[in-house]
Amino acid sequence: MTAPVLKLVNVSKSFGPIDVLEGINLEVRAGEVLCLLGDNGAGKSTLIKTMSGVHKPTSGEIWMDGGKVEFSSPRDASDKGIATVHQFGGTFPLMSIGRSFFVGVEPTKGWGPFKIYDRKTANAVAVKAVRDFGITRIDDGDRLVGGLSGGERQSLAIARAVHFGARLLILDEPTAALGVKQATHVLRIVNEAKRRGLAVVFITHQVMHAMAVGDHFAVLIRGAVAADFRKGERSREEITDLMAGGETMASLEAEIESQMNSHGGAHHVAAAE
Amino acid sequence: MITNLFGNLLRRPEAGALIGLIGVLVFFVIVGGIEFLYPASIGSWVSRAASLGIIAIPVGLLMIAGELDISIGATITSGALITALVSGYFDQPIVVGMVAALVFGALVGLLNGYLVLRTGVPSFIVTLGTLFAVSGLLLGATVVITGTTSIALQAPQFAKTMFGGFFGAGFQVLVVWWIGITAAFVFFVHLSRYGNWIFAIGGDSVSARNAGIPTGRITILLFVLSSVCASFVGMSQAILFQSVQATPQLTLIFNTIIAVVVGGVLLTGGFGSVIGIFLGTITFAVVTQGIYYTDFDQTWSNMVIGILLLGAVLMNNTFRQLALSAATRKKGA
Repeated sequence: MTAPVLKLVNVSKSFGPIDVLEGINLEVRAGEVLCLLGDNGAGKSTLIKTMSGVHKPTSGEIWMDGGKVEFSSPRDASDKGIATVHQFGGTFPLMSIGRSFFVGVEPTKGWGPFKIYDRKTANAVAVKAVRDFGITRIDDGDRLVGGLSGGERQSLAIARAVHFGARLLILDEPTAALGVKQATHVLRIVNEAKRRGLAVVFITHQVMHAMAVGDHFAVLIRGAVAADFRKGERSREEITDLMAGGETMASLEAEIESQMNSHGGAHHVAAAE
Repeated sequence: MITNLFGNLLRRPEAGALIGLIGVLVFFVIVGGIEFLYPASIGSWVSRAASLGIIAIPVGLLMIAGELDISIGATITSGALITALVSGYFDQPIVVGMVAALVFGALVGLLNGYLVLRTGVPSFIVTLGTLFAVSGLLLGATVVITGTTSIALQAPQFAKTMFGGFFGAGFQVLVVWWIGITAAFVFFVHLSRYGNWIFAIGGDSVSARNAGIPTGRITILLFVLSSVCASFVGMSQAILFQSVQATPQLTLIFNTIIAVVVGGVLLTGGFGSVIGIFLGTITFAVVTQGIYYTDFDQTWSNMVIGILLLGAVLMNNTFRQLALSAATRKKGA
């Protein structure tokens, strides 16, 4: 079996006296989606930033393809093939699709000091890259990114990362701000990336979305991995319970019900019916 | 095909500027009469536009990159003063004075850019500081050196021809410089790949840096460009008027911002075009000069400019929304 694309060994991160991450062990392989679940404040964003080179771990090791690595900057991590796509796509709303796709690596034509930006090539490549991911509504590279739907922007950002050689995609809550249909789009693209052999880290707190694409799940609670299991090993209810911090949903429901009863809420509802 | 062309025009940043310019031209021809379009009249408002336009383009690019430079009110004075001081008061060759003026401008630009990057203080505040510091320095130094606040300059003929002369029906030679500089910027911003970097910095500087764009160097370069262009205009004015006052040109700051915004540049960055700024500058000059051709007293001109600015901003917002929502028509439909 080949080595994992990315592997965290006992990674901890503290900011001053505050320990945000404690002894994280995780790995993600090519063609596999690792879902990182956790409630707000569980340390998800710190973990993403550690994986993408923004933060350096206080202790512990990061391995890529079986070799130990250290990221000196986000740029360094992205040179090594790690791409992070943020909730809103991280693209430039008032730029055309072609131009934003090629930001920093614009194709040019012509010679000497008169090299000019090759709009046609940029647009054609960008549109093809997005369409290959199944977003067929995009057919004009001159359209502004801000005019795309949330799902299309995510797809554009993912297609861009893949086009420029990303091997590990970190998707930071890509479906959080999307409607049902748009979220389905993005999930399909995650599956497509997986099919192409990319390793994907998918951060979410929507268990349904995680279960639709995930092969491997890790639940983060207060900076530590509280559970680590593979597809089919836990039910949806169990995962939700874990995310809620170990308290079972059933007991929460019972608590709410007893409160309703004691305040006569249930009675009112019944009367209204 | 025609609707397609129209749609393409509408999603360009200069769409509003073009319509605005046509609007004010029609207005002044109707109210002021057709003589407003005679060559001599065109010469007057195009010459007015030229000195403003040379400064407005780099200032507009800074705005596209999400920054603002209001120290141009001081660097235009420094350009004029240093030229007059070196070549007038100290009687050095004109070229020495011109180079000194431009170098001083570049230094102010470097200082602006460096301070903005290193401190993270908004560029409005940083350049407000340098605006006052530089104009105070100029005034103080001029009084100490010359004992007065104004310096005379008698430039040689070739310098007058190149920077302070007239041609045709009252066109300042600066108009030629303006058109040349505009062409150079159009190439730099819209044709070369580097223009894309400016838009990326203004759109989202963190993403731009992560994409490998040297955001710091580009920002400093833009500050240097705006200071050098302002110094260049100041230098040309010194040669043209042959006398320089050591006072900052504060209204120039507002005029530049108006020209840039009327030209369709988004104040918060990421959107705009050089052609738009060019058209916005002409629009501004048409309004300030056109008032003389009407029966209105010229005291009304600021009101017209204020309304123009508000109208232009609203119109540009509308066009930007149109550009964003411009859905693609199906091929062949």
